[in-house]
Amino acid sequence: MSRLADRTVIGLSISAVVLMALAALIPNWMLFIFLQSFARGAVALGLLVLWRSGLISFGHALYFAAGAYGAVFMQRMIANDAFAMVAAGLIASGALAFLLGFLLRQYRGIFFALLNMAFSMVLWGLLAKTEALGSTDGLSIVAPRFFGMVFAGDQSKLAIYFFAIVLTWMFSVAVHLYMKSTLGAMSTAVRENEIRLEYLGYSAHRAVHVKYVISALLAGFGGVLMGMTVGIVDPDSMAYWTVSGEFVFITILSGTGNVAATYIGAFVFEIIRSLAFQYSPKLWQLIMGGALLLIIMFLPNGLWSVMARLRKARAS
Amino acid sequence: MSTVLDVRALHKTFGGVVAAANINVSIAEGETIGVIGANGAGKTTFVNMVTGYLKPSAGAIEFLGKNIVGLRPRDITKLGVCRSFQVAQVFTSETVFENLLIAYGIAEERGWGLLRHIDNAPRAKRVEAHLARYKISEYRDVRATALPQGVRKLLDIAMATVRKPKLLMLDEPTSGISVEEKFGIMDIIMAALREEKTTVLFIEHDMEIVERYVSRVLAFYQGEIICDAPAAIALQDPKVKEFVIGQERHRTRGPVHA
Repeated sequence: MSRLADRTVIGLSISAVVLMALAALIPNWMLFIFLQSFARGAVALGLLVLWRSGLISFGHALYFAAGAYGAVFMQRMIANDAFAMVAAGLIASGALAFLLGFLLRQYRGIFFALLNMAFSMVLWGLLAKTEALGSTDGLSIVAPRFFGMVFAGDQSKLAIYFFAIVLTWMFSVAVHLYMKSTLGAMSTAVRENEIRLEYLGYSAHRAVHVKYVISALLAGFGGVLMGMTVGIVDPDSMAYWTVSGEFVFITILSGTGNVAATYIGAFVFEIIRSLAFQYSPKLWQLIMGGALLLIIMFLPNGLWSVMARLRKARAS
Repeated sequence: MSTVLDVRALHKTFGGVVAAANINVSIAEGETIGVIGANGAGKTTFVNMVTGYLKPSAGAIEFLGKNIVGLRPRDITKLGVCRSFQVAQVFTSETVFENLLIAYGIAEERGWGLLRHIDNAPRAKRVEAHLARYKISEYRDVRATALPQGVRKLLDIAMATVRKPKLLMLDEPTSGISVEEKFGIMDIIMAALREEKTTVLFIEHDMEIVERYVSRVLAFYQGEIICDAPAAIALQDPKVKEFVIGQERHRTRGPVHA
């Protein structure tokens, strides 16, 4: 099997085609859940890149929000185009991560995790207090154009859905190939032995910095998708620390076994939350907490470990 | 033979403690040097200064005529000074093959090349050859955490030699290895290094290893070099016998119980 078209790439490609075909069959509310899953799954994929290096961030809502607000300003001030909005979101989140990375790459463990949270809360405060940035009400996003093409109503949602599938597929394949590269393979090196990495001739700080920017780009992309999906970006649903907590929840739920895991995790998260909220509006957080507890107890390596167990059982 | 490393008037203090005092040493290409001394004599401090882990308080370190004081460990590694550690520094969750693959990937790729697939056929072939040179091919697919101590040491040294260093510094290559294994492991290491024509300096407490494998001895005592001579002469030196070998024998035998 070719190194570029391995099992994961083929699986992601088939999934993308199947999801596109499903568009004709699924109701609007399911389309909405899928779009939210792509958005949150992208952020969780960014956290997976960090997690493989032994790092966890409690503040990736920072880049989720930066991406979403970047997209809003692109639409309002420069160009109302979905691709330009994604580009703006990536530039906003990537540039911010590049700058903050110079500080954060020096920290590990709980310090890294909480510094991220601190920066995300600074952004939350800034967004919530600044009128020009929409304050607590946020800013609305209108249906974007796609290379000049305008879609209205349900057609617009469908266009965003296809757009999201194509870009999610591209980013996921790119991250998968990155993990197979020398830089990707350094994740273990950073996690287990920075001294050896340094004496092999590469800077652990630089490796962390690169991974941090990659994770922020993915979070920024997730933010743009979420903004397009819900039609509004606001500090509480984009930058608040509980949003970062949700991303960590999804990452734990997913496991680090495969890039596809984060989307499955995000989808399961959305389904549990939707059902819990629908059937028990006052206890849904309790149900979410219970679900996480069960996952940690019975599937400590996340949902993807079920696949590994099935494969092992089939082999034996 | 040309000079590989030239160290002049090297000093290192930690607060009031002198860890290295006026160290002057010149190492020629192709030499095999044994560094001996009791614990705290300054051996590892010396290696740490040459490899950039510690910055000297004063003095000069020239590698192939270039001043390397103040350079970062990775820059010194790229220049051609590599090292292994007293406690093997490997990636424990990876297999032996993957450990060396990462080492090769880092040594061979630059810039955007770091984003190329790490495992390609020519590189895999080089890794296999490297494994064979260090006689660890049979452990190819074993995770480093499950390796016997001797094999882990060999892997550590194998990783340090991926860049084909001009000067290799080994910190106690036989520490933690059983008496029965030590000569076998040293034979493998020295044969591989001879094949690559690598200049070697290693710290060692075992005088049998020193006698058998080194051409020259640097004996450290309280941060100073008290003897710099061919092995046969150095090991008979009265000061070395009194301050180094005596203590080493005592250390090796352990406390005497009545």
